[in-house]
Amino acid sequence: MRASFVQLISALGHFFTSRIDRLGLAARFAGALLVSLSIALGRLPLMFREVYFSGVRSLSIVAVSGLFVGMVLAVQGYEVLQRYGSAESLGVIVALSLVRELGPVVTALLFAGRASSAVTAEIGLMRATEQLAAMDMMAVDPMSRVVAPRFLAAIFSMPFLAAIFSTAGVIGAWIIGVKLIGIDDGAFWSQMQANVDVRIDVLNGLLKSIVFGTAVGLISVFEGYFAAPTAEGIATATTRTVVISSLSVLLLDLLLTVMMFRGLS
Amino acid sequence: MTSFHESEMIALKDVCFSYADRPILNGIDLTIKRGEIIAIMGGSGGGKTTLLGLISGRLKPQTGSVLVKGLEVPNLRQSELYGLRRKIGMLFQFGALFTDLNVFDNVAFPYREQTNLPEEMIRTLVLLKLEAVGLRSAKNLMPAELSGGMARRVALARAVALDPAVMLYDEPFTGLDPISVGIIGRLIKRLNRALGMTSVIVTHDLNETLRLVDRVVVLSQGKIHRDMAPEEIRSTDDPFIRQFADGLPDGPVPFHYPGRDYWSELMDQ
Repeated sequence: MRASFVQLISALGHFFTSRIDRLGLAARFAGALLVSLSIALGRLPLMFREVYFSGVRSLSIVAVSGLFVGMVLAVQGYEVLQRYGSAESLGVIVALSLVRELGPVVTALLFAGRASSAVTAEIGLMRATEQLAAMDMMAVDPMSRVVAPRFLAAIFSMPFLAAIFSTAGVIGAWIIGVKLIGIDDGAFWSQMQANVDVRIDVLNGLLKSIVFGTAVGLISVFEGYFAAPTAEGIATATTRTVVISSLSVLLLDLLLTVMMFRGLS
Repeated sequence: MTSFHESEMIALKDVCFSYADRPILNGIDLTIKRGEIIAIMGGSGGGKTTLLGLISGRLKPQTGSVLVKGLEVPNLRQSELYGLRRKIGMLFQFGALFTDLNVFDNVAFPYREQTNLPEEMIRTLVLLKLEAVGLRSAKNLMPAELSGGMARRVALARAVALDPAVMLYDEPFTGLDPISVGIIGRLIKRLNRALGMTSVIVTHDLNETLRLVDRVVVLSQGKIHRDMAPEEIRSTDDPFIRQFADGLPDGPVPFHYPGRDYWSELMDQ
């Protein structure tokens, strides 16, 4: 009884100290990454190559998801709005939902699943097959050559993808609301134009996606860089990237929403 | 201040290294002269690859001194270490080719990263290196399209791209067919002579190694067990080297992993 209690305390202690240890490792890694950013920024073609792999190749999933999310929002929104006789507000409701929340958040979640997991697996495999060690032996810093461009690509891609998601969503809502349900086309667009504020809504939404891009990018490169060099290690790292990125995005969204939109009403 | 002679390319003095509380190397003294090819041999987990890590500065010893070209490697700053590494080439166990680059771009990588040479000159240099390893016509293949031996030869061409003064080989013959082993062995010897390099080879392949090295250093239990000429290996009656050379399953290196007595464990309820 006493022995199992000691074991429990020991296991709890190990659980918390290992997490604190990992947080410290992540902080040191972020510091080293920050230092290497200046070199990576001097070699923009490397970053744009990663923007292609992470961002451009995520375009289809982001655009299609945005279209469907916009359509669903339109169907659900119309159901509620028509009860109050304000179906013409469908455009503004959908646009605000997308630009403020769903665009940045869902894009970041899709990005974590589609691109960040691939980045983690790629860096993890490069480590397992000694490609990073070979680079280091050739006096080329893997942080600035491999890690930093992928991190920057996530930050750079995210706002564009979020904007594309929101645009596709608005088009989806227009197809459902105007073309299929028959809401007035002019009212749909004019209400949206009148009530969506560039600074409060659009810029805050873009700012959110930059923060999400930073978080998701950092998590993906960190997990890949420290993945155990085994098949199981890389699988675990990839899963951790998706889980931790998704939770971080949702938590950050809550914090940012409170900071940005508190007291606006 | 550790003394260093001009003729010495690498000098390790009283080097101790351990991972956490597991000692790997204990009091290693080793000097390698310019132009020499030496083999580091010993059982698995005996610290051979660790020794390469110490020479290249990827690992730092707990105590002792590691000198390469007169520079105290563990004390070098990152920029100084990278300066030294431009003069060190390393062939990894499975080549470590960049899988997203083709053969040409893999070999061109050190030139593009470390020099400001124009692309036409890089092309000429890459073709020269690929010709030296017999793979000029494979320049457009991706690493996934290469056999193990070809990948090792491309990695060798990449490792010697900047004409290093020191070449480190981490088990260069592992997993290769006899023809590829012969090719890699001859290339190591030829390149060492042509480029005036000093080579350190970590290997288990006794037959090929003895044909090309000047000295064999045998590691055992974290120490240098013997430092001898290759021809002595075949004639020595040292039990550890005999077990290693003849591939005997039991001997100074036991077959069974250390643990409890077999009989007492069987009888244990």
